[in-house]
Amino acid sequence: MNANERAARNKKINHAIKIFILIALFVCFIFPFVLVVINVFKTKADITSDPLALVGAHGFTMANFPEAMKKMNFGRSFFNSAVITICSTVFTILLSSMTAFVIVRNNWKICGALMGLMIASMVIPFQVLMIPMVSLYGGVLGILNHRATLIFMHVGFSLSMATFMFHGAIKTNVPIALEEAATIDGCTRWQTYWQIVFPLLKSTVATVAIIDAMGFWNDYLLPSLVLTKKELYTIPIATQVFYGTYSTDIGLVMAALLLAMLPILILYVLLQRYIVEGVTSGAVK
Amino acid sequence: MKTNTMSYKCRQFLMFAGVTTAVFVAVVIVPFLYGIYLTLTSWDGVSKQKPFVGLANYVATFSDGAYWQAMGRTFLYSVIAVILVNVVAFILAFLVTSGVKGQNFFRAGFFTPNLIGGIVLGYIWKFVFNRAFVALGNTFSVGALSTSWLATTGGAMLCLIIVSVWQYAGYMMLIYVAGFMSVSEDVLEAARIDGCTDSQSIVYVSVPLMASSFVQCLFLTVTRCFMVYDVNLSLTNGEPFNSSVMAAMHVYNQAFTYKNFGVGQAEALVLFVVCAVVGVLQVYIGKKGEVSA
Repeated sequence: MNANERAARNKKINHAIKIFILIALFVCFIFPFVLVVINVFKTKADITSDPLALVGAHGFTMANFPEAMKKMNFGRSFFNSAVITICSTVFTILLSSMTAFVIVRNNWKICGALMGLMIASMVIPFQVLMIPMVSLYGGVLGILNHRATLIFMHVGFSLSMATFMFHGAIKTNVPIALEEAATIDGCTRWQTYWQIVFPLLKSTVATVAIIDAMGFWNDYLLPSLVLTKKELYTIPIATQVFYGTYSTDIGLVMAALLLAMLPILILYVLLQRYIVEGVTSGAVK
Repeated sequence: MKTNTMSYKCRQFLMFAGVTTAVFVAVVIVPFLYGIYLTLTSWDGVSKQKPFVGLANYVATFSDGAYWQAMGRTFLYSVIAVILVNVVAFILAFLVTSGVKGQNFFRAGFFTPNLIGGIVLGYIWKFVFNRAFVALGNTFSVGALSTSWLATTGGAMLCLIIVSVWQYAGYMMLIYVAGFMSVSEDVLEAARIDGCTDSQSIVYVSVPLMASSFVQCLFLTVTRCFMVYDVNLSLTNGEPFNSSVMAAMHVYNQAFTYKNFGVGQAEALVLFVVCAVVGVLQVYIGKKGEVSA
């Protein structure tokens, strides 16, 4: 009895320690975000004199937002980022799932060769390709500074990983008997794919969409090399350029940083479960 | 309809994979091969001519002191960051799977830094290090905090490591959480009946069964840390006195700032080979340690 009581008490203490450590770590993790949020409503002078105060001496101000929005051309860059992210994600999913289908269902030599090449290419980091890309697409073809070029490149880089994931999904989740039944009913391979196979891939589509869209939205290096005109800037480039110009105007910087984070944070609050699940299943594969 | 003729196969393949093959070859394969060719020229990024120089760029790469300094720095940074990221991520994963209330909320919170791009994260932390920590230091008169860490040579590297740990720990936590979940309750119960304490069952039961999670996390963190660029650019931009220029940034500057495209590309290739060797070696060693229940 006594031993049991002691064990129960130890368990409670252990539990309390765990919660304490967890909360402490959690505070450390969100501390930078909280700082941005409390400082965004202060004037420049208040931020400089005390960045830790909840409310500045000059009170609460919303003035940082409209000015930062105008100076970083937020609407324009948001539009660019959205168009590029959505188009790249859609094309990646359509192309890679179709490719995975033909590779899984046929043991032709060319299918094996393509899959092998794609898997091998996944180890190549972008830094190895950026210089030849700029020289080929900029110097030889002269097609930089178009959103379409960036979408084309985004798709090209993400195809290998996406095809690999759809490959696994089709192999394990799509029963071949279903396809045979469709063929007997008179479907062509094309119809079979779109009407039978693709609808069965929903969860993989969600995973690939989440992982790739996040990557495209936050990408900086590739867009900064492809898009050098002001009206084509995406949000990460606009943030970087803005910081370079107004880094001393700290109130505006806070507003710009919050604006850059806001779209994805809102989406995260709404789709949190799907995002966490998608990223996990994407990483564990 | 005949399904074993060459023309049928070609049509099928082109219909489903034609566009993919074309885009993939145009964006990955051609630039990769073209990049190898570029290392044999001394192109300046502007002129039409690309004079052939043989292996001179590789000679330049191996005698470029700044490059090898950046490599050494990247190596040091990667080793420390990889260890810390994985230790923190493992602790987080353990805590959020131990049956604490609201664990999904905590998981979501720890993952948040991964949602935001490196550029924005770098600027946020620049503010934290330059202003918030300094203000804390002044308020509580802590000498170590009263000047910005970003202004000292060792401090800038430390800041980079802190931000990387903060950035990646949440992501790796998710992989370790999946690992913890995959250890079946039966095995843990058997261990408990055999007299294992909680910590013993983690060290001797869970960890060996989670070996594949470790291999995966280590591979991901090693490759990411080796190629770090965004945070490096926004947080330190190589300052102070070029003491925090990582290998990827050095390659970028070599090509796009100093217009030595040939040397830059050769250095990028060497970086890639080093990173690939480290990554593959790590996976190879890790796979040997895997066990199954």
